[in-house]
Amino acid sequence: MSSAPTREAPNKPRAVREPVRRVVNESGIEVKPLYTAEDVAASGVPDLSRPGESPFTRGIHPLMYRHRPFTMRQYTGFANAADTNQRFKYLIANGQTGLNVAFDLATQCGYDSDAPEAMGEVGRVGMAVDTLRDFEIAFDGIDLDAITVSLTVNGSAAILIAMYLAMAERRGYDIAKLRGTAQNDILKEFIGRGTWIFPVDPSVKLVADTIEYCAKVAPKYGPVSVCGYHIRESGATPAEEMGYAFCIAKAYTDAALARGLDIDEFAGRLSFNFNIFGNLFEQVAKFRAGRRRWAKIIRDEYGAKNPSSGWLRMIAGGGGFGLTIEQPENNIVRGAYYALIAALGGAQTMALCCYDEAYTIPTPKAQRLSLRTMQLLIEEVGLTDTVDPLGGSYYVETLTNQMEEKIVEAMKWVDDHGGIVKAVAEGVIQGRVSEYAYRRQRALETGALRKVGVNCYNESEEENPNVELHPYDELGAIAQVQSLRLLKAERDNDAVERTLDTLRADANAGRNVMPAVMQAVKAYATVGEMTRALVDVYGYFREPTRLWRKVA
Amino acid sequence: MSQRQIRVLLAKPGLDGHDVGAKVVVQALLQAGFDVIYTGLRQTPEAIVRAAREADVDVIGLSILSGSHIPLCRRLRDLMFDQALHDKLWIVGGNIPEADRMVLKQLGYRGVFPTGSRTDDIVSFIRENVR
Repeated sequence: MSSAPTREAPNKPRAVREPVRRVVNESGIEVKPLYTAEDVAASGVPDLSRPGESPFTRGIHPLMYRHRPFTMRQYTGFANAADTNQRFKYLIANGQTGLNVAFDLATQCGYDSDAPEAMGEVGRVGMAVDTLRDFEIAFDGIDLDAITVSLTVNGSAAILIAMYLAMAERRGYDIAKLRGTAQNDILKEFIGRGTWIFPVDPSVKLVADTIEYCAKVAPKYGPVSVCGYHIRESGATPAEEMGYAFCIAKAYTDAALARGLDIDEFAGRLSFNFNIFGNLFEQVAKFRAGRRRWAKIIRDEYGAKNPSSGWLRMIAGGGGFGLTIEQPENNIVRGAYYALIAALGGAQTMALCCYDEAYTIPTPKAQRLSLRTMQLLIEEVGLTDTVDPLGGSYYVETLTNQMEEKIVEAMKWVDDHGGIVKAVAEGVIQGRVSEYAYRRQRALETGALRKVGVNCYNESEEENPNVELHPYDELGAIAQVQSLRLLKAERDNDAVERTLDTLRADANAGRNVMPAVMQAVKAYATVGEMTRALVDVYGYFREPTRLWRKVA
Repeated sequence: MSQRQIRVLLAKPGLDGHDVGAKVVVQALLQAGFDVIYTGLRQTPEAIVRAAREADVDVIGLSILSGSHIPLCRRLRDLMFDQALHDKLWIVGGNIPEADRMVLKQLGYRGVFPTGSRTDDIVSFIRENVR
């Protein structure tokens, strides 16, 4: 065996002798070894618009990060409101520019901390919330004009949005000017993430209630952030991630229009949440293509007059599926590349999964490291100097055109299966996405899909990597239950009952439930009480689990 | 051992919504020729035990990624003993730290498969351990 590397003879170019490895990206696009102007021309009509001009391929603002860098908004919340408030202040003191609140599973699924269903979950993966009192404590001392708050909640979103608005109102903020967002994308919860409560139709109705209510009462508040993110985590390709998210956003848009709202009254307040793991160029092209496609949908299909109605405003972040238990320090490096992807993609807001999150929710140290990763991009490596720095690359422009086609294909697939609401209710999308997840897992196990530290370069010096992990505080859960009991003893329970009766009656009559939810929230009704009132009318979702068949 | 097809109940107890892994395992078990019943999300321990009895399964598999595996597995262990399911093969997968794996084995969960486990290993473990 010869050991020294051999140099190719000049008359025998390497490419001729060895076949070039075939590369197909996750969205199914064959990637060439070289791109030229001819590829751009062949891939579609070039979009010569400038950033800030429809259809916004290069960015929704003319100056993008030169005007204002992306908002840094790490997903944060644990134990109770008081502990979470301290963590918020720690992150703000370290330069974080937005908040993104994590709630525990009981709160997200509509159970109080003392419910049997909440066993073992109170304050575990996020902050426990039972009543408005928890919101008052969580945001105490935080200027809600200076820092915007994003609530990551879906099944119980109508209730938690009301809590946020009520809390801000009581602190003297003008709700008509209050900014902030809620995730409130229930359709994707049925596909991935799983914090649904009510059946599909009333769930979509509730989303429309929040859009309508906010358009009238809190027009600067973003009531919905449509998530391709979790659909991708669940197995979808990058193109499907964006295509399915657009189908979902259109379903909410249609529901809001059916209330008699004008498209320009609310479309500009819809925002999006996308994933950042995977091939860098494919993701950047996904964001550019997505911006262009969404702008066209809102302009051409819905006839919006205001260009900002078609802005694909997005948080691009996370990357959870890309992170590994194995060799966890590699996740620090992955996080840095993922942040680069989000910045090159023109995200308005960024959040990173922390290196310890393949294990559990992050420690303050890990969160600060993610924050520093984003700050490095702004302060040291020039990512905020120039708009859309990859624009004009033959490769990226070609891929952008091709990704747009793939996004349109994914949307057509959904339409061919009866539309997103039907496809979700029947589990068709869930089946498709989980088949892909299975294939992805097999590819990881066979080595067809390479994962550093997992199926290649997996020799590790230490058997058990010594990662400091966030501990779960069981005493905190007990304290939360105690303060809930105290609050129930203090509040006017007759008033609570009256507001819950109104809520039930409004839900029964098909009225917008938000005014009644607001009244119940202000009377310190609990998340569980309000959810049960709605369940009395709407019932629970029954998950379609009978569709299982073998992948061919 | 009889030639009856191995029957597995795969359940998601508690409020955890992470079901990618559970569904991947369902697929892998189906491919391996097992008869698989998947409960879907948000199952109470009582409902899981009832389903296991009704379907007369050989294997009861749990998937928990929220971190609440110890309290849930403890509660399920008690119920499974009460309902005479102690002779079935109990396995659990999910986000399970090193320190908790021995606790779960002591509770009677013979197979513990943390995040990153290979589906082939789960299949062979079941084949080798079903009585």
